[in-house]
Amino acid sequence: MRNSLLVLLIAGVLAGCSSEATKPDNSQADAARLAAEKAAAEKAAADKAAAEAAARAQQQVTAQPINPLNDPNSILAQRSVYFAFDKSNITSEYQPMLQAHAAYLVAHTNAKVQLQGNCDNRGSVEYNLALGQRRADSVKNALHLLNVPDAQMSTISYGKEKPRALGNNEAAWAQNRRTDIVYQSE
Amino acid sequence: MISGWRVGLLILGCGASWLAQAAMTIDITGGEATKIPVAISPFEGAGSQYRVVTDVVAADLLRSGELSLVDISDLNPPLVEPTDARFGIARQRGAEAVVLGKIAPENDREVDVRFRLMDAVQQTQMAGYSYTANVSQLRTIAHKIADVVYQKLTGVPGIFSTHIAYIMQTGSVYRLQVADSDGQDAQTVLKSDEPLMSPAWSPDGSKMAYVSFEKGHAVVYEQSMATGKRFVLAGFHGSNSAPAWSPDGSKIALVLTRDGGSQVYVVRADGSGLTRLTSGGAINTEPNWSPDGNTLLFTSDRDGSPQIYSMPSTGGQPTRLTFDGKYNVSPHWSPDGKSFAFVTRDEGQFHIAVMDVASGQVQVLTNGDNDESPSFAPNGKMILYATQMGDNGDLAVVTSDGQTHEQLVNTEGYMEEPVWGR
Repeated sequence: MRNSLLVLLIAGVLAGCSSEATKPDNSQADAARLAAEKAAAEKAAADKAAAEAAARAQQQVTAQPINPLNDPNSILAQRSVYFAFDKSNITSEYQPMLQAHAAYLVAHTNAKVQLQGNCDNRGSVEYNLALGQRRADSVKNALHLLNVPDAQMSTISYGKEKPRALGNNEAAWAQNRRTDIVYQSE
Repeated sequence: MISGWRVGLLILGCGASWLAQAAMTIDITGGEATKIPVAISPFEGAGSQYRVVTDVVAADLLRSGELSLVDISDLNPPLVEPTDARFGIARQRGAEAVVLGKIAPENDREVDVRFRLMDAVQQTQMAGYSYTANVSQLRTIAHKIADVVYQKLTGVPGIFSTHIAYIMQTGSVYRLQVADSDGQDAQTVLKSDEPLMSPAWSPDGSKMAYVSFEKGHAVVYEQSMATGKRFVLAGFHGSNSAPAWSPDGSKIALVLTRDGGSQVYVVRADGSGLTRLTSGGAINTEPNWSPDGNTLLFTSDRDGSPQIYSMPSTGGQPTRLTFDGKYNVSPHWSPDGKSFAFVTRDEGQFHIAVMDVASGQVQVLTNGDNDESPSFAPNGKMILYATQMGDNGDLAVVTSDGQTHEQLVNTEGYMEEPVWGR
């Protein structure tokens, strides 16, 4: 999709350039008219070429496999592991999702992830920074056990400093007790 | 974006805009019988312009929880001279001591403030001082007066002229703030678009260590308060955090994750001589030095839940100190080394508590939903902490007997991690 949009944009710029030439020359009315006709013809040709290019691009895009990382229907779209209060153990419901990320990382050796640990806003700032680190390490260890090389993973803790959900209620706290799997290009 | 500001701790700027948005409420629950009753007479020449002096003295003395105020503001003219025959009125109303004073302009910018602390019974002078200062320093003078009155009447040094530091978040902007002991006249030491954490004063108040995320992860900086110059004390791979100064200012305990887990280390204040003190897979954090420098308290979940432990400051076998509940964190020694303040979780709420080390006895001092980061005043009589009011983060002070609470509300930002300095 991005390719075809780019082509359309280029076509639009080209068309814009062409129409610049249709400005009438006051001293040479006939020459201006001829130039206008020529420009119109050129514009039509450019439009046609752009449309064809767009159609080709569209075919290429649909022919290419969609990157599963960008597919909202893929299990790889799940990027967060959530934890209970003061816990860093990963519950079994996240195993399929972690297996999918592990398989992707093993298959794509250039892909790298940062595992970002977070906590809810209750309790000690420093203890939460340490707990966030352990939540990140916990996901790293799980992926390591699924054969992901350490070189493809890094960890960071934000403690309780970067909450996703604001508010002092269990719904917000539950959203904030998590580790995010962030691919390096994202 | 980071900008270090020079902070002159003794020459305080005008905090008028901040004042307008800060409000304090004092909630005294203790019995009046144990307090020393003091009358503060309106200062001659103060008018409404300089009334802040006696207002601040009164607020300081009340906050101490050890003095109560006797109203003699109806006396006209006010008591000013130590020879005034009307001292009996203050005495009849219960006052044991009376504060008298005069304020006179020296010139356009400076005023002369004189005060006397009188024994109301003997009608003799217990203390008397005069100060010449810029009109912008009236609050500073008032804190000095309160320190003298408090020390003369209780025998304990006052802490009203000391300063506090804390982190304030406004939107996505973080500020390291320094303010007077009552939270007023706040100044920004450091401003950042990334989180700032864990400010720690050097024992002499000349330096501050803190954690900044400006490099994308937690890094410990050390900064001079006089010049604003700073350097990276610990910027290793992973998190660098929880700085705590040794009592002689020569060393800093901190927490690093560079070798796996969160471990306590000690480093010299110039960044050299890094030594690791803890090991194992558990969390070890929040080191805090005993006043004699021999022992570190710290938080660890090595037994399954976060609890407070002590260990020799050179490393060695830790001893567990807290056993009640499943969440006891943020230890902070009292200046006499006999007790420590900490945060304890009870039925989902986080309260400030104090443990007497010899007996192991715990007293819970606060009852907020989310009270955090306790820090003793230098005289050990009060504890500063962070609390929440609705969704706002405020600062509060509680006397170490739990009898008197004061809350500082500031709508300008979310305040947390207060720490009491010199």
